[in-house]
Amino acid sequence: MKPAPFDYAKPASLEEAFSLLDGHGEDARLLAGGQSLLPTLNMRLSAPAILVDISALEALRGISIDNGMLRIGALTTHTELKASKEVARAAPLLAEAASHIAHPAVRNRGTFGGSLAHADPAAELPACVLALDASLEIAGRGGTRKVAAADFFHGLFETDLGPGEILTAVEVPVLRKGFRSGFAEFARRSGDFAMSALAAHGRFDGERVHELRLVYAGVDIRPVRAQTAEQTVEGKAVTADLLADAMARLGDDLDPMDDPHASGVMKLHLSGVLLGRVLSAMAGAHR
Amino acid sequence: MTPSREISVTVNGERVTVRVEPRKSLVDFLREDIGLTGSHVGCEQGVCGACTVRLNGAIVRGCLTLAVQADGAEVWTIEGVSDSGEIAALQQAFLARNALQCGFCTPAMLLTAAALLKENPAPTRPEIREYLSGNFCRCTGYQAIVDAVESAASDMTGAGS
Ligand SMILES: Cc1cc2nc3c(=O)[nH]c(=O)nc-3n(C[C@H](O)[C@H](O)[C@H](O)COP(=O)(O)OP(=O)(O)OC[C@H]3O[C@@H](n4cnc5c(N)ncnc54)[C@H](O)[C@@H]3O)c2cc1C
Ligand code: FES
Ligand code: FES
Repeated sequence: MKPAPFDYAKPASLEEAFSLLDGHGEDARLLAGGQSLLPTLNMRLSAPAILVDISALEALRGISIDNGMLRIGALTTHTELKASKEVARAAPLLAEAASHIAHPAVRNRGTFGGSLAHADPAAELPACVLALDASLEIAGRGGTRKVAAADFFHGLFETDLGPGEILTAVEVPVLRKGFRSGFAEFARRSGDFAMSALAAHGRFDGERVHELRLVYAGVDIRPVRAQTAEQTVEGKAVTADLLADAMARLGDDLDPMDDPHASGVMKLHLSGVLLGRVLSAMAGAHR
Repeated sequence: MTPSREISVTVNGERVTVRVEPRKSLVDFLREDIGLTGSHVGCEQGVCGACTVRLNGAIVRGCLTLAVQADGAEVWTIEGVSDSGEIAALQQAFLARNALQCGFCTPAMLLTAAALLKENPAPTRPEIREYLSGNFCRCTGYQAIVDAVESAASDMTGAGS
């Protein structure tokens, strides 16, 4: 289908973008890569009066490392995230997860900021920023604020972004000594949204794992931490018995709903399989 | 009605200036305004890949890119890369391996395969499948397409060495 008519503006500065958002209120939508927004317009699920294309805003571009922080501009595409040397070194989890997003042609346009702002419950990057304890930089008329990833995702396609606000960048602490991450997912076909995806990040000393964060996508209305499973493994060596124990407790953390792609029971099972695979790989990589 | 916009796009090496409605997709602009109908339109929601074109050097979904977003950009379509001879080896391999039947998916398959071989001149079969996973073919069952890309890659790397 074709979208309903809309107007289009491409501001050259954040100031200009804020004026457009102020002027049009609810009728305006930001356009980044368009890979989530344009399908919904084409299907006429929404019909904004004007699209504000943020792709010319230089403040939203670039990847840099400064003071132990990796800063990734909101307009960074999934392809750029996957290819960046800085990301590979400072936050390899993001590069690994990016290769699971959609297909090359979609990754060439879809952006990091767009994925977080869209907040699809099955999307990979929201789970990753939660696992990495990232902080999100949000700009508005009144200035810039920072929000922890843990406070950003409110619900199904709902975030902490208020009217007139623009997500400008993501800041991730540079990978510290002893820390490792892992990612895996189950999707029906390569590039589909995940039935369950797991982003994990934690510290290893010898065999033992500490401060582990296990974040699942695709199993709830937003990315969720499996805290019971995290506590089960805290401070322990990763063995087959420990993994079996953690998997058995995953039901305390996750209560996936049925969807057209998989039943809740199947998703819970798959989530356990991911836990075993990802943690074994992380522990194995350390040896 | 929203006012139309004037855009200038370099399509297959030639600069064109046209007025388009903001809601017009890049692939509709190419088909309807420029008359280049080699890029196809299937699902219009990013899933089938039939609308694949090259925008500033990278393959994109022509149905999920607005024509106004391509203002000032360089676009290559199947017509351009075909005429230039750039993908001749792939086209030859598709023909030799029966990698097309109705041909609806073929222009996009060729552009996507060309992007793969540029990044990775000697891909494995799983790598070919992975890269083409966003391009649907309702006819061939994919085996012949993977065969064709594999043989084009070995012809091209063989010829280059
Ligand atoms: C076939 C297909 C398969 C896909 N598969 C996956 C997948 O497996 N996993 C996955 O994670 N994603 C997938 N996607 C979605 C893709 O990752 C999108 O790129 C991403 O969700 C949105 O990024 P975008 O830049 O395209 O955002 P847009 O579509 O431009 O915008 C999305 C929303 O975010 C808002 N927005 C965008 N940028 C900002 C900003 N900086 N500040 C505030 N608000 C903003 C927009 O207003 C809009 O509401 C798929 C898409 C397609 C078409
Ligand atoms: S028509 Fe663009 S992906 Fe199907
Ligand atoms: S040849 Fe018919 S869709 Fe591929």
